[in-house]
Amino acid sequence: MGVRYTLKCRECGKDWGNIPLSYCQECLAPLGVDYDLPAIREAVTRDDIAQRAANLWRYAELLPLPEDFRSELAVGGTPLVKADRFGKKLGLRHLFVKNDAVCFPTLSFKDRVVAVALAQARAFGFEVVSCSSTGNLANSVAAQAACGGFQACIFIPADLEAAKVINTQVYGAQLVRISGNYDQVNRLCSQIADRFKWGFVNINLRPYYAEGSKTVGYEIAEQLGWELPDNVVVPMAGGSLITKIAKAFGELIELGFVKPRAVRFFGAQATGCSPISHAVKNGLDELTPQKPVTIARSLAIGNPADGRYAIKMIRDSGGWAEDCSDAEIVEAMKLLAETEGVFTETAGGVTAGVTRKLVEQGRIGRDETTVVCITGNGLKTTDALVGQYELEEPIAPRLAAFEDFQAKRLGGIAVGA
Amino acid sequence: MNITVHIPTPLRRFTDGGNQVQCSAANMAELLQQLEQKFPLIGAHLKDQSGKLRPFVNFYVNDEDIRFLGGNQYEFKDGDDVLIVPSIAGGR
Repeated sequence: MGVRYTLKCRECGKDWGNIPLSYCQECLAPLGVDYDLPAIREAVTRDDIAQRAANLWRYAELLPLPEDFRSELAVGGTPLVKADRFGKKLGLRHLFVKNDAVCFPTLSFKDRVVAVALAQARAFGFEVVSCSSTGNLANSVAAQAACGGFQACIFIPADLEAAKVINTQVYGAQLVRISGNYDQVNRLCSQIADRFKWGFVNINLRPYYAEGSKTVGYEIAEQLGWELPDNVVVPMAGGSLITKIAKAFGELIELGFVKPRAVRFFGAQATGCSPISHAVKNGLDELTPQKPVTIARSLAIGNPADGRYAIKMIRDSGGWAEDCSDAEIVEAMKLLAETEGVFTETAGGVTAGVTRKLVEQGRIGRDETTVVCITGNGLKTTDALVGQYELEEPIAPRLAAFEDFQAKRLGGIAVGA
Repeated sequence: MNITVHIPTPLRRFTDGGNQVQCSAANMAELLQQLEQKFPLIGAHLKDQSGKLRPFVNFYVNDEDIRFLGGNQYEFKDGDDVLIVPSIAGGR
């Protein structure tokens, strides 16, 4: 039996089989993965899935994996947190946080897409894997290349957060820093991918890679007891994740795994890089590229590849897109940490901050089930919090010194019984 | 006005394998016209049925996205390096 998927042009529909290719050679539009869902329906049930380990491979039939592919790498399977404290602050009764800040192995949702891309990289015989990245993808490609036995060559904008640079180098990847923003790195990588026979996870392997994002959607549905939520709030950089969560929900409905429900999709961007939210808010079908200026560097893509699809999908779902300022991002990072114990990176601050705005605007209702997608870990962007907290002078290791400190500084905290 | 247009791999089957083409266009409209004159089969791939440039095709001038330079209003300068990138990919 062969595989149950094939690459098809998302515009003209031409079938390209299964090859490392990101765009249609006829109309130059992006390719997507098309599945034989009736065959998949015969092959797997919800009960089958429930028996398997709690990671993304439990959805293997719904992913574009090579025949007989097996992996022991426990990617995905992240918690869906019932966020009552955060919800109370926002005025929501059924708020959940999908916490990919703790995704294995590199603490971002990018581990999901890389896992699928490298499965195909091996099948296609690539020895070198590569990517253009704002950091999280770089970390994940570097780590999964290391344990998968690939060489990695990774391209990043020169001004990335120090933690994301170290988190790439430590795995032995060759890092190439480019003097320019992500869109320039990405354009250069398109040129390099055209010349070098490398497996670029987000260029020639991109259709497969993007499918890994669907597992966020499968997990949300399964963790809600095979139900779909009313609303999902998703950060947007290239605009792929939000469309893939929608694709995942659509597949689950078609497979009969969940009852049909019209889920509204809400996209979140930083105001300093908001080409998609700008288009949605202004009723435009086309986006205008921007030059990003934001602390949310992992979302700083001014020319988003899936922007057009994200705009249409958000609008068709009855959702909306919003953006928030750098100050609002930091405030929301702190709020999520203080209420739920979830320390997210700046991108998560964007998502949390935008969720708050959407509630204030009345776009998300108090009694609806809402899932906020947190995609990255705060330990990678601690520089965004520099200056936010005072560091007290150290005190002597003596009880009297602490009593003195307590009287002066901790007046609000009770001594206890 | 002499400009150099770099042709990506999938379009080279229409340019006799050539990876760059010299043009003398003053703007985008003229550039598309000249490319089509030189290589009649390329037009259907760059433009849709109504003759509009396909939305997924990106043009860069001296490494800058032409949309930041005024797009269709941009006037090419002598020596400009023009790059065609089909369907920009990427994602963080």
